Amino acid sequence: MSEFLPMIVAKYNYWLYIVLMMIGLYAMISKNNLIKKLVGMNIFQTSIILFYVSIGYKTNATIPIIENAHGGGHSAQELVIHAADYINPLPHVLMLTAIVVSVATFGVALALAVKIYQRYQTLEEDEIRMRLTEE
Amino acid sequence: MNTNYPALLVIAPLLAALICSLFSWSAKKLCYPTALLGLSISFFSAYKVLIQVLSTGTIQYRMAGWAPPMGIEYRIDLLNSFVLLLITGIALINLVASYQSIQQETKEKANAFYSIYLLFVTGLIGVTATGDLFNLYVLLEITSLTSYAQIAMGDKDRSPLASLNYVFIGVIGASFYLLGVGYIYIMTGSLNMLDVATLLPALHGSSAVLIAFIFCFLGIWIKMALFPLHIWLPNAYTYAPTAVSRVIAPLMTKVMVYVMIRLMVTVFGFEYIFEKLHLAEAVVWIATIAILAGAIMAIAQKDLKKMLTYIIVCEIGYMVGGAWLGNELGMTGAILHIINDALMTFALFLAVGNMVYKLKNVQYSNLQGLFGKMPWTMAGFVLAAFSIIGIPPTCGFFSKWYLILGAFDAGAYHFAIALIISSLLCAVLFFKVFEISFFNSGHDKIEMSEAPVSMLIPLGLVSILLIITGIYSDKIVNTIILPFLQ
Repeated sequence: MSEFLPMIVAKYNYWLYIVLMMIGLYAMISKNNLIKKLVGMNIFQTSIILFYVSIGYKTNATIPIIENAHGGGHSAQELVIHAADYINPLPHVLMLTAIVVSVATFGVALALAVKIYQRYQTLEEDEIRMRLTEE
Repeated sequence: MNTNYPALLVIAPLLAALICSLFSWSAKKLCYPTALLGLSISFFSAYKVLIQVLSTGTIQYRMAGWAPPMGIEYRIDLLNSFVLLLITGIALINLVASYQSIQQETKEKANAFYSIYLLFVTGLIGVTATGDLFNLYVLLEITSLTSYAQIAMGDKDRSPLASLNYVFIGVIGASFYLLGVGYIYIMTGSLNMLDVATLLPALHGSSAVLIAFIFCFLGIWIKMALFPLHIWLPNAYTYAPTAVSRVIAPLMTKVMVYVMIRLMVTVFGFEYIFEKLHLAEAVVWIATIAILAGAIMAIAQKDLKKMLTYIIVCEIGYMVGGAWLGNELGMTGAILHIINDALMTFALFLAVGNMVYKLKNVQYSNLQGLFGKMPWTMAGFVLAAFSIIGIPPTCGFFSKWYLILGAFDAGAYHFAIALIISSLLCAVLFFKVFEISFFNSGHDKIEMSEAPVSMLIPLGLVSILLIITGIYSDKIVNTIILPFLQ
């Protein structure tokens, strides 16, 4: 126990994303309502986005804009640029794309849910299954 | 101009998709020609790229001039230039072959359909051509999103639900892959495949790399429907419109197998996979079970289209098993089978598409007397079926031959036995279909009602291709696959 707690605290971002991911997976597997499943899917995707955002972060670092940065300099020439002073922007940029992907997926999935609702007048999966076996 | 073919390959269908969606409001008649033009340019570029690769070697195309590893690079070597030709060719032939059936099945949405179809092909081409791990994820999601939409245009009652189930599982697969790429990025700080490959050997003992490996492969296996991760596939492919299942069934899973082989050969390397990890034996066992399960589930089906989707599950087992045998013969068989299986599945689905066009549903009971009704379609179907079973000189025999040789070489006798059993089961399956459709139990006289010529010519072309690739498979192996593996 004495070793376990510090391990969680030191790497809390990883634990957080795993917990969120499991919540999402749980919802996708066990919920009966299709919209709840979709929300679970979104939580699942968001957990991975948070994971990426957290790996680009450094303690006491700032955004990677050279001018007006740490040290109070006003132009790039006055500064000695320390990579350690800046967070890594690449994972964040990647996640902009991933956010677009997850929004688009959510949109397509909602459109499909609408189509299903129009056909069966319900979004409960067991009721839809019952209808399908009746027909 | 000569050097920009790799970019043209992707941009032509992408632009055509945009123009198509504009035309679908204003000039509806121009949609189909635009789609045709976009794919023709793409096919021509793929051909040019293949010629260039064969003569001068690997092409490294820098998107917008940014040098790798910072910029995104398209890297086209012997393997993917051939796969690219296959993708663009099948997409183009299918667009011609399915024109009538698109009009029949999607009606007023046909124009929107072309635009999604083009985006789907763009995604597939991009996944194959790219040399960047994250770029691959984005293009993979373009492919998946468009395939969800296309599948949902099918059977009104079943397809939206099948598509939504595919969304749930597809998202899990893609997210796992993304997570794996994240771990690779943490460890190496790079996303370029070649760059990662040079940085990884120093990190082989790391557990983070192991996690990255597992997540990447799990994600790809979900996407390619390796048994037992296949549950989304049969429903989604069965209830999709004809034009869609014709292109998704041969290409989507095969491109995912290509991605797996690319990750194995280029990114992680054989040394890591077969010497540091001791997973190969387990994966070959999974593939063995996949082959048997796919074939057995196919026997239980009563609908021709659904039966074929289970055969895809079975064929995925061939390719995964072959790639993981860990010897040159097995890998050769797996790569050759990507090409052959894409053609065989395409021919089968073209034939089934023709039947659906005439009969509306392809339950076994509905197939009686089909040899009399649609002789040309059935001729193509028989040839494709022979190829799946593996009767020489059709191409299916040769890749199976390499796979079996590889299995004996690796001492994986269970895999070889599964291959033979599944071939026999496929023979049983198809001869059952032949029997039903050859005899006519009804008393009414059979009249010939064949599918339109525009649907028959592509089927004939692909059926002949099955034999040609079979005869020249030796050449394909010696000029493409073996130099690639060296």
